[in-house]
Amino acid sequence: MPAFRLKDAALETRLFHNRITATAVLVTLMTLGLVARLIYLQVLGHEHYAMLARDNRVKIIPLPPTRGLIYDRNGRILAENISVYSLEIVPEQVDDLAGTLEKLREVVDISDEEIQRFQRRLKRHRRFESVPLKLRLTEVEVARFAVKRPFFHGVDIRARLVRHYPYGELVSHVVGYVGSINESELKRLDPTEYRGTTHIGKVGVERAYETLLHGHTGYAEIETNAVGRELRVLKESPPRPGGDLHLSIDIDLQDIAYRGLGEHNGAVVAMEPQTGRVLALVSKPGFDPNVFVFGIGRKAYQELRNSPDRPLFDRTLRGRYPPGSTIKPFIGLAGLEYGVIDARKEIFCPGFYRLPGISHRYRDWKKWGHGSVALKSAITQSCDVYFYDLAHNLGIDRLHDFLSHFGFGRRTGIDLGGEKAGLLPSRDWKRKTFHQPWYPGETLITGIGQGFLQVTPLQLVKATAILANRGAVVTPHVAAYRVIDGKSSPLYLEEPETRLRLNPRHLRTIIDAMVNVVHGARGTARRIGLGLDYRIAGKTGTAQVFTVKQDEEYRASKVAKKLRDHALFIAFAPADRPRITVAVIAENAGHGGSAAAPIARRLIEHYLNHQQP
Amino acid sequence: MNSVIRHTYPAAPKSMWQRIHLDPVLLSGLVLLAGIGLAILYSATDGNVKLVYNQMIRMGIAFGVMTGVAQIHPRSFYRWSPYLYGIGILLLIAVLVFGDVGKGARRWLDLGIVRFQPSEFVKIFTPMLVARFLAQHPLPPQPRTLALAGLFVLLPVLLIAKQPDLGTAILVAAAGSAVVFFSGISWRILGGLIGAVLAALPVLWTQLHDYQRDRILMFLNPEQDPLGRGYHTIQAKIAIGSGGVWGKGWMAGTQAHLEFLPEPHTDFIFAVLAEEYGLLGALSLLILYLAIIARGLLMALQAQDTFSRLLCAGLTLTFFVYVFVNVGMVIGLLPVVGVPLPLISYGGTSMVTLMAGFGIMMSLHTHRKLVPS
Repeated sequence: MPAFRLKDAALETRLFHNRITATAVLVTLMTLGLVARLIYLQVLGHEHYAMLARDNRVKIIPLPPTRGLIYDRNGRILAENISVYSLEIVPEQVDDLAGTLEKLREVVDISDEEIQRFQRRLKRHRRFESVPLKLRLTEVEVARFAVKRPFFHGVDIRARLVRHYPYGELVSHVVGYVGSINESELKRLDPTEYRGTTHIGKVGVERAYETLLHGHTGYAEIETNAVGRELRVLKESPPRPGGDLHLSIDIDLQDIAYRGLGEHNGAVVAMEPQTGRVLALVSKPGFDPNVFVFGIGRKAYQELRNSPDRPLFDRTLRGRYPPGSTIKPFIGLAGLEYGVIDARKEIFCPGFYRLPGISHRYRDWKKWGHGSVALKSAITQSCDVYFYDLAHNLGIDRLHDFLSHFGFGRRTGIDLGGEKAGLLPSRDWKRKTFHQPWYPGETLITGIGQGFLQVTPLQLVKATAILANRGAVVTPHVAAYRVIDGKSSPLYLEEPETRLRLNPRHLRTIIDAMVNVVHGARGTARRIGLGLDYRIAGKTGTAQVFTVKQDEEYRASKVAKKLRDHALFIAFAPADRPRITVAVIAENAGHGGSAAAPIARRLIEHYLNHQQP
Repeated sequence: MNSVIRHTYPAAPKSMWQRIHLDPVLLSGLVLLAGIGLAILYSATDGNVKLVYNQMIRMGIAFGVMTGVAQIHPRSFYRWSPYLYGIGILLLIAVLVFGDVGKGARRWLDLGIVRFQPSEFVKIFTPMLVARFLAQHPLPPQPRTLALAGLFVLLPVLLIAKQPDLGTAILVAAAGSAVVFFSGISWRILGGLIGAVLAALPVLWTQLHDYQRDRILMFLNPEQDPLGRGYHTIQAKIAIGSGGVWGKGWMAGTQAHLEFLPEPHTDFIFAVLAEEYGLLGALSLLILYLAIIARGLLMALQAQDTFSRLLCAGLTLTFFVYVFVNVGMVIGLLPVVGVPLPLISYGGTSMVTLMAGFGIMMSLHTHRKLVPS
């Protein structure tokens, strides 16, 4: 290579032109590359990116509806919405959530359980939605937080409406309560309807009429900027508040029944026999439904659950009791309808009954016996021997058939969930359950409402109403009508589902006997029959919890309270034109005539005095 | 001394433009660009009149600098270039030693009265020196010449990359390389060099700062961290894509105005344009840039000596690199590097440098010896 070379101007110019051309081509190609990319983004990808841009700026926030109110038959509020202050967090606006929670606990008292519940709620909400942390702040806590608020970005106090039950335990089982939506409910709920809702009806009317009470969630489309600040409302569809629900329950009757049970646990049901409107549905003890609204603590809940009095247990719908002697009017009617007995024919009651060829004595509650009794006096005095004999002559198959027409062994179909069917035994049932044949002795004790036979207080009222209605079968219900946007509409047709064809003469015999129970000189509930200008038809019952051994005597004082007999009473009034049917079960209260019947009388009296037909 | 640059008396009368040493075609392109820039800036800053006013003042200064530089005779550029380059290198070293730290990088030099980025000067001085150096040697350059020229480019690039300022380093490298490219370096050597650079990439990778590596990784897969480091790229793409063909209209871009788009008035202003004016607006701007580049290349073709043509073409190509890197970054073709969109992005320093470059081009063009055609 030469050490020195002369510049060649022509060559340089040619080279340079060459390079300029190359540059022009390169620049053009690269620019076309940019253009291709722009076309890809702006033409082909436009729809996709336009959607993303919209998602960026538009957030949809749910506007939860106000829950409908629940009233009793006289317009008294059983469930209302009151505003309380809650501590809420918008997760998106909090950088260090764990740290913020820690610091918040120094200002406001927050339990570990509330933190856990908050973490669960967190999963169900989007990052920009306000998630409640503590639901019920005291005024002191509100004030304490208000001072520290500048240090907690994304944390705020909000007033929200919370369910309140002014009557507390008095109607706890009927009205039920709302509680925080749990995981399994979340799966079955419509996510758009429940986007802004924190609570849902858990039991009772709150649950059964959830759809009506909840209403419809509205939505607002809100334009936001990158930091989530809401700039303006683009579109809004307001929520439709839940409908109000008017129950047939009368809070006064609830109160009378609840207080009437006194120290005893038990159940009281009152119903209008013609319409099926339930007037009182009391299960004692009740509980304070308000604690569930704010989220009951695990410990408090365990206490309620494990309490021997079982306050959470709805005895009216789920409690299964032997009906005892309250079954006798139905057995008596069966005997008449099947022609097994003549109402006037007397049998002799020596105080016990023996099946032919068997030495076992089936005892009467009255040790020395009732002497000669016909059907009416057997009901009035509640003679067991008469009904042992009758049951024996009827046989279990006819007993089962006849009682099933009165709704025993089947759910009544009330508009509340969780109802039990009770137990109406039969040969088939026993074979299936115990792989054993039916024994004649079992028929006898079925005849006096003991043994396998189990009924719920609600079934008892329904069956009594069929007697009161002279055969018409109604379905009980607690909801009377609903009010949506100021317009009320009834919820039930209130027509009998069927009508049993019963001989009116037979019915009259039985009802006369039941009137005698209250008004007759030897009636087992004659103490409540005084001073009335109408007549009550009733029947006492005493259900054994504890089986007394052969040749042993039952002495209430000797038996632990838990094993004492249940006192029962069924009634309707006025006997000739019934307007109210009642069933009372006072657990471990002893005799039906003394413990249960007075409650029924007070209910009947109050209702007939205050309600015009 | 190169004979081509000898002073000769003009043989033809000078036009008015030649007397004031400005190129009317290039000037009108730049003025148009500046006007568009202000309009977009107004929208990108959400109607911030103060910012737009600031930018107008800077534009005035930049155009003033351009006009001033255009008055300087090319001979002076040629003569001063080694000294200017040397001063530039010294300042870069000074920055590394005494410089102010801003945004985690040491880029600024504070002289008490003025605070400036020496790397900006180097953007001009480097191609100027390389053009002079190459013009002194027969072209195409011999390997030894080439190696030296490469060294002249590499020295400031490394110093700037050390600050670290990847964007400016790339631009300085592009400016120097462009001059070398126009000097007629053989395609074989060019190919070999590109190959060598590609081969050196893994080594370079280890030399990058964490945040620089992050940016490149993010560019390769922005969706892996949509709320963190990939946010810029994704939001810019959404802005551009949602603009569609016709755009959402001036001041109506939701991405820009609701703050989803980061840095909407500086590096990512092209996304605002594409969102509000759509594909048509973006294409129009690109065409305007191409027109300015075409004019620059034409001016280079008309230059009468090697120094002038190399410098003129080199500066023009650098201008294109600005546009390409910025737009490529905004539309997600290139990793995020801090390169502004010429005359549109808010910011003064780089605009002044850029306009000084155009001033040099105009000077080179209007100080030609006029030969009657």
